[in-house]
Amino acid sequence: MEASDVLISAALTIITAATPLAFAALGELVVEKAGVLNLGVEGMMIVGAVMAFATGVTTGSAVLAILVGAISGALISVVFGFLVLVMMSNQVATGLALTIFGLGLSALVGHSFVGMTFAGLPNLNIPIVSEIPVVGPIIFGQDGMVYLSIIMAVAISWFLTRSRAGLILRAVGESHDAAHAIGYSVIRIRFVAILFGGAMAGLGGAYLSLVYTPLWVENMTAGRGWISLALVVFAAWRPWRAFFGAYLFGGITIVQLHIQGFGLAIPSQLLSMLPYLVTIVVLVFISRGSVRQRLSAPGSLGESFYAAS
Amino acid sequence: MRIEARTEISKTMIYAAPIIAVVLTMIAGLALFEIMGRNPVDALYTFFVEPVSSLDGLAELGVKATPLILIAIGLSFGFRANVWNIGAEGQLTIGALAGSTLALAYFNVDSPLLLPGMIFVSALGGMAWAAIPAFLKTRFNANEILTSLMLTYVGLLILSLLIHGPMKDPDGMNFPESRMFHDAALLPNLVEGTRLHIGFLIVIGVVATAWVILGRHIIGFQIRVIGMAPRAASFAGFSQDKIVWLSFMVAGAAAGVAGIFEVAGPLGQVVPVISPGYGFTAIIVAFVGRLHPVGIFFAGLVMALSYLGGENAQIEMNMPNAVIGVFQGMLLFFLLGCDVLIKYRLRFM
Repeated sequence: MEASDVLISAALTIITAATPLAFAALGELVVEKAGVLNLGVEGMMIVGAVMAFATGVTTGSAVLAILVGAISGALISVVFGFLVLVMMSNQVATGLALTIFGLGLSALVGHSFVGMTFAGLPNLNIPIVSEIPVVGPIIFGQDGMVYLSIIMAVAISWFLTRSRAGLILRAVGESHDAAHAIGYSVIRIRFVAILFGGAMAGLGGAYLSLVYTPLWVENMTAGRGWISLALVVFAAWRPWRAFFGAYLFGGITIVQLHIQGFGLAIPSQLLSMLPYLVTIVVLVFISRGSVRQRLSAPGSLGESFYAAS
Repeated sequence: MRIEARTEISKTMIYAAPIIAVVLTMIAGLALFEIMGRNPVDALYTFFVEPVSSLDGLAELGVKATPLILIAIGLSFGFRANVWNIGAEGQLTIGALAGSTLALAYFNVDSPLLLPGMIFVSALGGMAWAAIPAFLKTRFNANEILTSLMLTYVGLLILSLLIHGPMKDPDGMNFPESRMFHDAALLPNLVEGTRLHIGFLIVIGVVATAWVILGRHIIGFQIRVIGMAPRAASFAGFSQDKIVWLSFMVAGAAAGVAGIFEVAGPLGQVVPVISPGYGFTAIIVAFVGRLHPVGIFFAGLVMALSYLGGENAQIEMNMPNAVIGVFQGMLLFFLLGCDVLIKYRLRFM
């Protein structure tokens, strides 16, 4: 294999590993910007993964599978939204419950799909430009979901900083009492944000089971939902930093796999620890400046809202 | 329907909410079995009645409840103070490995000191693993939810590493299992002919001790104040860092001991999967038990029943084991929903 081929294949696999994280992290970022901490990303992701895979295998339609992944992620987040917004339950505990429930439910649904495979998504080889050596296949030869994740990063970044609706969403996240006093419906805005986060986590899960593996295995998210949560902190709640953070982690996952592939005498378990250890190191590094951390976090993050009047 | 704030919290609802939640979970379970195309009443019987209708079944209930109650008691210290250690599964694993190392190092020594030594080393192992998120939280302000969870994945990989390498039984035909522990390294049985071991008695002692500490000791008071009113606590001079450390050390020790109880109890050797998610289920146990030691004891029994029921349903009705997770998740959902009734009342008009 020539050097350029190695480079291309490494870049392609990094993109595949990064895309699920990018979806889930961008979704959670919007939820947290609205002042809600949803620790159920792992659960929503895995439900999206199993539903998308089941749909893909039974209908053969990739588009339908992706849609079902997003919708099921959003549907399961309704439970979380109802509990934390209407019933004012503790967000940390409810998020954990969502993860435990999602892992159980997905295993139950996926029971009859173990061992099947999916053909994957077709690459959108854009004519002419995808023929360019090295950069061509990397930039112009991806599947639709990769481009969708980039579009989402652009859209979310624009929405949060340039649109009126984004400003209102941030206001709700910074101070729900003030936003309520001006007359915005805190609960409704947060519910929409939670649904969006659920759909994005579902998309991330769908990408895992349809493209990354592409098969269904119990607990296949393997902590990626939690890594996405860490990415939001790492990004200091900025969409583009979350997006590039996902690529950083995708890179680490792939480097680890490649080292294993070279057959070095390092036990595979040690290498598999790498993404988790890096997450810890990054968290420590980012959290050190506790003042800056507090300033960039949304003011009402994790607090329940009760409209007294 | 409107939700209206109560002037003071409802004492009745604190105790009624878990019971309502269990009832609602049963009802939802009936619906779930119906969807799965099973006879709901039969399934519910297989799940919740049949497993405990024999002495052997009751003993198994104790076997399963032992780690759940022990870990949940440990976690409840932190949860009361808003310290979120969700890495008990990892602390259990590292604790079990530490104690097992001792047992395997002295596999041919028959000493009455071996078992107490193993339990002690396991507690230290769990504490060491819990010390990492505690240190990162107090020193660098790193989110303990994420660090403790990441360390769980690392801990499980360490188990995999050791059981495929140094801990593998030299005469074991290359299976990823350790030597069988000999009698001096095994927990004595409590009821002859069952798997119920002495760990269950120790757990009852732990429940009583925790009840005294949390209810009657100044430490318990500080934990509660920090959880309910962090600013008041800092004015009173209670150290937040001290409570973070205390919470993680108690939880780590409890989880570590729970780990060695599994290995030196029902398992009898180190295997690739030591715990079927006890560290995570214990989080639910802690909440359903209202973070109160006595409540946790009963919640642990209920949750142990869900494990037994799941296994029974798998054997008798060929139902996937994953039903257990669905039930446990639903129970926590319903409980969190019912909790609203403590501070608020529902008005129908």
